[in-house]
Amino acid sequence: MTIDSPALQAILLTIELAGLTTVLLLILATPLAWWLAHTESRWRTVLGAVVALPLVLPPTVLGFYLLVALGPHGPLGQLTQAMGLGLLTFTFSGLLLGSLIYSLPFAVQPLQHAFEAIGTRPMEVAATLRARPLNAFLTVALPMARPGFITAAILTFAHTVGEFGVVLMIGGNIPGKTRVISTQIYGHVEAMEYAQAHWLAGGMVVFSFVVLTGLGLLNRRHRRVLM
Amino acid sequence: MNPAVLQIRQHLTRPEFELSIDIAVPARGITVLFGPSGCGKTSLLRCVAGLERGARGVVRMAGEAWQDDGARKFLPTWARSLGYVFQEASLFEHLDVRGNLEYGLRRAGNAATADSLRDIIDLLGIGTLLTRRADQLSGGERQRVAIARALATQPRLLLLDEPLASLDHSRRYEIMPWLERMRDTLSTPMLYVTHATDEVARLADHVVVLEQGKVKAAGPLADVFNAHDSPLLFGDETGAVLTGHIAERDERWHLCRAAFAGGSLWLRDVGLSPGSKVRLRVLARDVSLTTSKPQHTSIQNCLPCRVDALVADTHPSQALVRVACGQSLLLARITQRAVAELGLQAGSQVWAQVKSVALIE
Repeated sequence: MTIDSPALQAILLTIELAGLTTVLLLILATPLAWWLAHTESRWRTVLGAVVALPLVLPPTVLGFYLLVALGPHGPLGQLTQAMGLGLLTFTFSGLLLGSLIYSLPFAVQPLQHAFEAIGTRPMEVAATLRARPLNAFLTVALPMARPGFITAAILTFAHTVGEFGVVLMIGGNIPGKTRVISTQIYGHVEAMEYAQAHWLAGGMVVFSFVVLTGLGLLNRRHRRVLM
Repeated sequence: MNPAVLQIRQHLTRPEFELSIDIAVPARGITVLFGPSGCGKTSLLRCVAGLERGARGVVRMAGEAWQDDGARKFLPTWARSLGYVFQEASLFEHLDVRGNLEYGLRRAGNAATADSLRDIIDLLGIGTLLTRRADQLSGGERQRVAIARALATQPRLLLLDEPLASLDHSRRYEIMPWLERMRDTLSTPMLYVTHATDEVARLADHVVVLEQGKVKAAGPLADVFNAHDSPLLFGDETGAVLTGHIAERDERWHLCRAAFAGGSLWLRDVGLSPGSKVRLRVLARDVSLTTSKPQHTSIQNCLPCRVDALVADTHPSQALVRVACGQSLLLARITQRAVAELGLQAGSQVWAQVKSVALIE
């Protein structure tokens, strides 16, 4: 049994989705995590809870609301139509948006922990050495938080690869467009193609195992800034 | 406005703590902010650096306003020409020593040059550490690098927050001579926070004593020490530390001579070869003073000195006299009656008889 082309298509699409999600989320999560790590605002707790919501909500709940919001009568759907983008439901862009929300805590929390572990002192030191705040952030906080960024990237990527509920709700299962590994496996099982399902499912097991082992090794080296 | 003055008028309110300061200290030499922990000395230092955004008032360094609430002026920390040495060295761990030193240098603009950095590296003796990472340095080395990093920007004011507090006893005596060297070579004024009396005695030109967020006493070292209720307490271990090297050995009498900047002392030969670097500790209680050169004395070490400052000791019968022997300072604990009988005052020429010298490390 070799990996057939629909399976390959699903794998490539999964990598594309997870890769894009990881890059975008690291960019978006950095300021958010920094704010959560340093603010004394009373909104901190509230926003922290919102960020953590995808951890506890069933993905189908998330997917359901996204489907409604992105649909022709939903606020986001009307916005995207007004912008001339059409509807994002059952498209790769819609899937990407879902992934960003679904994986948000996996990017924000390691970064927040890393920034909290660094504390305010290195930024103060940088300021006494004439570094402006943004410059100090880029040259001190970011390099010092590197282990946190590595963890965030690995967790976000792996978590997006494992996503199923949200994909099914807002992406459907369109080959080449929105069919990722997890939905491909589902399709095989539905069609009683257990052999093909085994290949992909086994691959996922190996992939997840490698990722978690790698994280564990990393954790031992940088205990203080990781989750 | 007197240009040679650091003017600090700051008000800072915290839960269960209030800092209320209005002082002007000379913008030269070392001004020590002294007081028990929790008296507000670190907060005051942070106010001067602009690290306490809640502080209200004025900070004016030699005529330049760093903060003036009346004129709605508040320079952020990075725009103030200052260096700050934190209690823990706080080196950037993702950079090596050179990277740490150059971090501020590159951002300070024209004032700081690579030449001046070389001078600072020499001054603090860290030339051999440049490629090391922060976690490969001893506590004393870290603090020296942190001081050099702060100086590298050529600041108009250097702030030091208990730079020796995180170090153990012997490391403290390792750093102290470097600080004395800085005071003697650099023109940069320093604000130095400490609660250790020996640091005050050895480093201070000017003292500000804080208590519960307020100034209790301020003035030149001797004035503050001489005040009737001198808040400075000196223990039995008060003394001076000298750095130097073994100059010669007298094998017949089992003695060796240690030379330091300004003189030399004979001590028991412990087998160190000539040229070895040594640190000597001379306790104040082991030093006596005479106005003429002592003769027919059993004491082997007599050094010509000049009285630098006289201060009251803890007991009213005692005085602590700081004498300069060349570029080095010694402390002598003698009676007030002896001070009066010998007519000692700042500038008097005296001979210091040193009864005992201890080799540290």
